[in-house]
Amino acid sequence: MFPRFLPAGESALVVEFGDEIHPDIHRQVLALDYALSREPFPGLRETVPTYRSLLVHYDPLQLAWDDALGYVTDALRRSAEVPMPEPAEVEIPVIYGGEFGPDLEFVAESNGLSVDEVIRLHAGATYTVYMLGFAPGFAYLGGLPDRLATPRLPTPRPSVPAGSVGIAGRQTGIYALSTPGGWRIIGRTLQVMLALHRDPPTLLKPGDRVRFVPVEQGADEGR
Amino acid sequence: MAQAILEVIEGGWLTTVQDLGRPGYARYGIPPSGAMDFFALAVANRLVGNPPGAAGLEITLTGPTLRATAPCLVAVTGADLTLQVDGREMPMWMSVFVRRGSVISFGRRRWGCRAYLAIAGGIDVPPVLGSRSTYLPGRFGGLDGRALRPGDRLPIGPAPANLVEQAGRAFPRHLIPPYSDRPVLRAIPGPQDDHFTPEGLKTFFGAEYRILPTSDRMGYRLEGPTVVHGKGTEIISDGVPLGAVQVPPDGQPIVMMADHQTTGGYPKIAAVIRADIPLLAQGVPGESRVSFRPVSIPEAQGWYREMGKLLDWPDSQ
Repeated sequence: MFPRFLPAGESALVVEFGDEIHPDIHRQVLALDYALSREPFPGLRETVPTYRSLLVHYDPLQLAWDDALGYVTDALRRSAEVPMPEPAEVEIPVIYGGEFGPDLEFVAESNGLSVDEVIRLHAGATYTVYMLGFAPGFAYLGGLPDRLATPRLPTPRPSVPAGSVGIAGRQTGIYALSTPGGWRIIGRTLQVMLALHRDPPTLLKPGDRVRFVPVEQGADEGR
Repeated sequence: MAQAILEVIEGGWLTTVQDLGRPGYARYGIPPSGAMDFFALAVANRLVGNPPGAAGLEITLTGPTLRATAPCLVAVTGADLTLQVDGREMPMWMSVFVRRGSVISFGRRRWGCRAYLAIAGGIDVPPVLGSRSTYLPGRFGGLDGRALRPGDRLPIGPAPANLVEQAGRAFPRHLIPPYSDRPVLRAIPGPQDDHFTPEGLKTFFGAEYRILPTSDRMGYRLEGPTVVHGKGTEIISDGVPLGAVQVPPDGQPIVMMADHQTTGGYPKIAAVIRADIPLLAQGVPGESRVSFRPVSIPEAQGWYREMGKLLDWPDSQ
């Protein structure tokens, strides 16, 4: 049944590796993405890795569906053979709670934990960047300890500051730009997550390993 | 010769700098942006001798008032907002010579939503990640990431010297896309058409939908008969291409437009073909109605190819 190939208009196809959020499925997504980036086929435009699928954009003037499918199938075969590079490990300093983490106490209370326990659990885990998406640079991270799972806000905030670290269900994530948002905000990083003059423009990329390091407010001043 | 400037006297309702977009960054969550009616912008550019992807102005519903500080050559395509130079109406889909100090303005809206103004040399704002397109929600690209307002000064790139001779070049009337306030949009089913019941698909490809006033450059929100889901109203978020038709739990479709989010968690019943995106982009929120017709990938690729060939109309050299 998987992988399966689905049309997304006349110039893109979706390769689905499963229908659940799972590290093994995500690894297959990244492996195909890596194979295509190492040996791009003529007419390949760009790829968008997500939890369980890869969106492959191709030039509709150069490639029919069958051509694109053929190239992607070849890359899929190569991806099973070529080892992936080790993921980058990124530490992100976070100021938890206070004005920077207005929902920290809610997350603690609704899970029967103290605020310190929430911080210890959140900063004690290692996360994988599943995808960047929705808004520029927004990082969806997998690996949140089950005891921190918290539903989203019933009504999204009109504006969540850039650098905010939030929890939604069993996921945690980082807002790279100030946007509306419904995640429970537990802290904020002063790390620049999105810099438009850089290429690539984001600090994180899919597959990276992330650890949060608690810092005190003021510790980052003068950067 | 000093660099030409377009001085903004009035910004209009929503006027932004756009080119053909910022592809290649969807994996970082950055949408393509670019002209909603990319065909109209490309034609306008060709009319003034620019490459099709030069930056121009996307003018929404109510036009701006602009003064040229140097002689220039402009062309306006897309929606008919009554183009005027020094108060006199000028033809659209044609290159027009504008004298130093002349004022370009717009009058009554006759049809359509977005007009495109190209100027020989292109609008020379700094590119961001390879594009001059404005992305309003992210406040980047174009002129400081925002719409034009009075007092702005738009720098124009170097233009050829023989502007007067190039005036009067016209795009053939019969090649203008079949714009309509009730366009039938051709769409390719998928990738999640299997999330809908046969009745849901029949509704989607049979009914007429009104474009809601809340529609914008990110998405066109439609209102009409409910498209019934089959197996669940949410999916694990995946990549979203331009033209994708998401159906949220309320069964009212949303078509992803130029500034669309790069990933989404609603099932996508179909994707509007590229050749018909310009028709939708001219749909007026709150007024126009659309319907959908299923087509195949080879058909859609053929129509897109034909559309590209129109940019090389016989007298375009």
